[in-house]
Amino acid sequence: MSAPLNYLTSHGARADMILPLTRGVLIISIIVILIVCGLLAAAIFRRRPVEAPGADPRGLLFRPRGGLTFVYVGVGISTLVLVATTIRTMKTLADVVSPPREAKLTIEVTGHQWWWEARYFSEKPAEIFTTANEIHIPAGEPVRFKLIGGDVIHSFWVPALAGKTDTIPGQTNITWLQAERPGVYRGQCTEYCGKQHANMAFFVVADEPARFEEWRQKQIAPAAPSADVAQGLSAFQTRCGACHTVRGTPAGGKVGPDLTHVMSRGTIAAGTLPNTPGHLTGWIANPQGVKPGNHMPQIDMSGADLNAIRTFLQTLG
Amino acid sequence: MARHTQLTQTPAIVTANAELAERLHKVWETEPGIKGFLGTVDHKEIGIRYIVTSFIFLLIGGVEALILRVQLAQPDLHVLSPEQYNQLFTMHGVSMIFLYAMPVLTGFSNYLWPLLLGARDTALPRVNALSYWLYLFSGLFIYASFFMGHAPNDGWFNYVPYANRQYNPGPNIDFYSLGMIFLGISTTVSSANFVVTAMRTRAAGMSINRIPILVWGTLTSSVANLIVIPAVSLAFFLLYLDRNYGTKFFQPQSGGQPLLWQHLFWIFAHPWVYAIVLPAMGMVSDGLPIFCRRPLVGYTLVALSTMATMAIGFGVWTHHMFATGMSDLALSFFSGVSIIIAVPSAVAVFAWIATIWTGRPVFTAAFHFFAGMIALFVIGGVSGFMTGSVPVDWQLTDTYFVVAHLHYVLIGINVFPVVGAIYMWFPKVTGKFLDERLGKLNFWLMFVGFNLAFFPMHISGLLGMPRRIYTYPHDVGWSAWNLITSIGAFLFAIGVLLLFHNIAVSLRRGKHAGANPWDGGTLEWAIPSPPPPYNFVVLPTVASRHPLWEDRLDDAPGRSRLDTGLALDKGRQMLGTSVVDAEPAVILQMPFDSYAPFTLAVGTTIIFVGMLYRSWPGMAAGAIITGIALLLWLWPGRLREGSPEAANEPPFAEPDHV
Repeated sequence: MSAPLNYLTSHGARADMILPLTRGVLIISIIVILIVCGLLAAAIFRRRPVEAPGADPRGLLFRPRGGLTFVYVGVGISTLVLVATTIRTMKTLADVVSPPREAKLTIEVTGHQWWWEARYFSEKPAEIFTTANEIHIPAGEPVRFKLIGGDVIHSFWVPALAGKTDTIPGQTNITWLQAERPGVYRGQCTEYCGKQHANMAFFVVADEPARFEEWRQKQIAPAAPSADVAQGLSAFQTRCGACHTVRGTPAGGKVGPDLTHVMSRGTIAAGTLPNTPGHLTGWIANPQGVKPGNHMPQIDMSGADLNAIRTFLQTLG
Repeated sequence: MARHTQLTQTPAIVTANAELAERLHKVWETEPGIKGFLGTVDHKEIGIRYIVTSFIFLLIGGVEALILRVQLAQPDLHVLSPEQYNQLFTMHGVSMIFLYAMPVLTGFSNYLWPLLLGARDTALPRVNALSYWLYLFSGLFIYASFFMGHAPNDGWFNYVPYANRQYNPGPNIDFYSLGMIFLGISTTVSSANFVVTAMRTRAAGMSINRIPILVWGTLTSSVANLIVIPAVSLAFFLLYLDRNYGTKFFQPQSGGQPLLWQHLFWIFAHPWVYAIVLPAMGMVSDGLPIFCRRPLVGYTLVALSTMATMAIGFGVWTHHMFATGMSDLALSFFSGVSIIIAVPSAVAVFAWIATIWTGRPVFTAAFHFFAGMIALFVIGGVSGFMTGSVPVDWQLTDTYFVVAHLHYVLIGINVFPVVGAIYMWFPKVTGKFLDERLGKLNFWLMFVGFNLAFFPMHISGLLGMPRRIYTYPHDVGWSAWNLITSIGAFLFAIGVLLLFHNIAVSLRRGKHAGANPWDGGTLEWAIPSPPPPYNFVVLPTVASRHPLWEDRLDDAPGRSRLDTGLALDKGRQMLGTSVVDAEPAVILQMPFDSYAPFTLAVGTTIIFVGMLYRSWPGMAAGAIITGIALLLWLWPGRLREGSPEAANEPPFAEPDHV
C-alpha cells in the first residue's frame, strides 16, 4: 500500500541529509529494545540453583553481590551510544542549515485555517503571483521558503522532501527544500489548528525546469474569461468575489484561495477532493458538508447559478 | 500546620500495649458523620479519596479514548463531528495527565508516606485535606464545561492564537484556563506538604540514605512542582486576561507573542511529565525487592538518578518546540540535553534488571506489572531518545510516533506501576488479598491489549499520520494500523475493567491478609492491615533501609526498634526529626478534624466561578468565604481539642531550667 507521507524514504537533498540519522537512531532503538528486553527476560527466567530441601522459605531473603557491576557496564555502554548520537545529531544539524547551493527561487507560504497560500517572489513586480495548495517547484534546484502564519499556528511538512517547520503569526520562519526528481509530493499541516486540521493537505509538484518555467508563465498571466461565461463570471463576482480573487476580473477577495488558475490544480479544498467537475460542484454547493466548520459559507443559490459558476471556474486553466 | 515544642528532654519511652493503643485510637480516629466526612485530616482517608477520584477520571478519560478510537478505526468515518472530536481528545489528555496521573500518585504517597516514614500523619494534615478538596472541585469545574457542551477544544497544550477569543469565542478555554490555575493551587499545597513531611517527620534514625525510593520520587516531583507550576499558572492567567479583559499578551496582531505561551507552558509541562512518572518508578524500585527477595541493587544510584532526571528535566522543555524556528545554538543545546537525560533512566532500568537477575523472583500479580513496566519503559524511552535528535524530530514530531511514545511512557511508567502497587498494597489498605489468578489475567490482558493498541502507532507515525486529526483519507496507508490500534484499545479497556472486577470481588470475599503478607522489609508492613488511625502505637526507631529484614540480612549497623519507643499520646502528637540524619528534634502537636480546609476550598471554587462569569460580586463572595475559612484555620488554641487530659498537661516533661 502506498504511504505518501512516510518519512523512511526521501526524494530531496534536505530529507536525504536527515534520513541516515533517522534510520540510524531507529536501528539503535530496535537493538536496545531487543538487548534490554532480552536481559529482562533472562533475568526473570534464568535457572537458579535449587534451595536446600527443607529450607525456610523466609530464609530466602539475601543480598548477593555483583549487581552493581551490571549497572555500571549497562549505563556506561548506554552513555557512549547517547553521546555518539548527540555528536552525529549536531553534525546533521549543521549540514541541513543551508542548501547545497544558493536558492534562486523564493516562495512565501502562509498557513490559513484550513488551506495554504503560496506567493512566488520575483525581482520583477509584474511576475509576482499567488496560488494555493499546490506548490510547483523546479526539480533539482533548492527552493527557499518563507513561512508565515496567517491566523493560528500551522506546520509546513512535506515528509519526502524535508522535516516540519511551523508557520507562526508574527514571525517569519525560513526553510528550504529540494526535490531531486520530478514528481508530486504530498504535504500536510501538522500543528493542531482547529476543526479542519485533518483536511489541510497540499502538494509540492516538482517539474523539469523548462516545464516549471512554462507553468510559471501561465500562472503570471491573468485569467481571460470568454464572453460565453459572462453569466457565470457575474454570479461568481456577487457570490464568491468578496473572498476569492480571479486576476483579470473584478473579483478580488483576499480571504480565500486565489482561483485565477484553479483548473491547473489537481485537487480542491486543500487536498480534500480531486478537482473534477462533480466534486467542484459539490464543494461550491455544500462546503460545510465536505469540511464541517471551515470558513467557506454555505450560500443559497439556484441550480442555474451553481452551474454557471462551475462552468466559469472550468475555464480558469 | 502543626505547632511544635523544642525537644530538650527525652519523653517517656514505653513498650507498645493495648491500653495505649486504645487511647491513641480515640485521639486519632476521624469523627463519624458529616464532621468526619468534611473535616477529616487523616492521610489514609485523604489518600483513598485521591485514588478513588483519580480512578473515576481515568475511567472517564478511558471512555473518551475509546470513542476516539471508534472514530479512527476506519478512514472517513463520521461517528463524531470535528468539534466533538477536538473536545474529546482535549478532555482525554486533560483527564489523564492532570486529573488522573498526578492525583493517583499523590493519593498513594498520601496513604503510604506516613506508614513508610514511621509517622502518624503528614506534616500538614489540614493543608493535605485542602489539597484534596481543591483537586476535586477543580476537576468538577473543568468537567462542568463538558456537560455544558463547551469543553476545552485546543488540546492539553492549549496553543495560542487558536486559544485566543478571536478564534475560540466560546467559554471552552476559559473553563480550562481557570481550571488549571485552580488545580495548580491544589498541586502546590500538596507538594509543600510532601516536602515538609519528607524533611521533618521521618522516624528517628531514618537518615536520608534509608528513605524508600517512592519517597525520593514524590519528594523530587513535589520540589519540581513548586518550581514550575507558577509558570503555567501565569500562562493561563495571562490567557484568561487576554480573553476576558483585552490584554494582548498572546495576540500577534498587537505585538503579542504566540511562542511566549509555548515556553511558559512547556517549561512547566515537561518537568510535569517526569513528576507523574518518578513516584511510580519509586513504586517499582520499592516493590521489586520484595518480590525478588533481596534489597534493591544500587539504592544510592537509583535515588540520585531520580533527582538527576528532574534536574536535567528542567532543561529539555524546548524539545516540544524544535519546529518553531529556533536558533541553531538553542536547538543543539536542547537536543543534547534531551538525549543525555536518558542516562539516569538507564541507571534505574539496569538497577531493576540487576535486582531481578540476582534475586529470586516470586511471580505474583504485582511482580508481573512491575516487570512489564520495565519492558514498556525501555520502548517508551528509546522512542523518546529518537525524538531528542532535532533533525529526526523534525520528521517525527506531531505524528502518531509521538502518540505511541507518550502512551508508552505514561501508561507504561504510570499506569502499570500503579496497578502493580494496587496489587501490592491492597492487602495493607483493606486487610484482604486481591485475587492473584485474576490479577495475572488482568496483567496479560492489559499488557497484550496495550502493545496491540500502541505499538502500531509507531508504524502509522512513521507512515506520516499526523496527531489530532479527526479523520484521514483511505489512500494514505494508515487504515490497517488504525484498525489494529482500535481493537487493542478495547482489549486494554477490558483488562482495566478486570481490575475493577477483582477489587469489587476481593473487597467482599478476599483472602485475609496479615500485617505483612509479602514479607516486605519497610515500616508499613510492621503495622496491622488495615492500619489503625494512629498508624504506630509507639514511634519506631530505624537503623536500616529494611527494618523488618535486618535480622535476616544481618548487615545493619544496629537494630531498629519497633515495639518500644515514644508513646506521644497527649493529643495528636508526632515526632519531628532533623532533615539529614532524622535525629529527634521536636514534638509536633498535630491538628484535629476541621471544617476550615473544606470551607476554604468552597470559597476558592466560588472565586473561580465568579471569574468564569466575570462577576465581581461572585468573586467578592468567594473571597469573603475564603477569608473566613482562613481565620477559622489560623484561630489559636484549637489544636488539642478532643483530648481533655492533654489540655491540662504539658505535652512532655518540662525541661528543668524552665
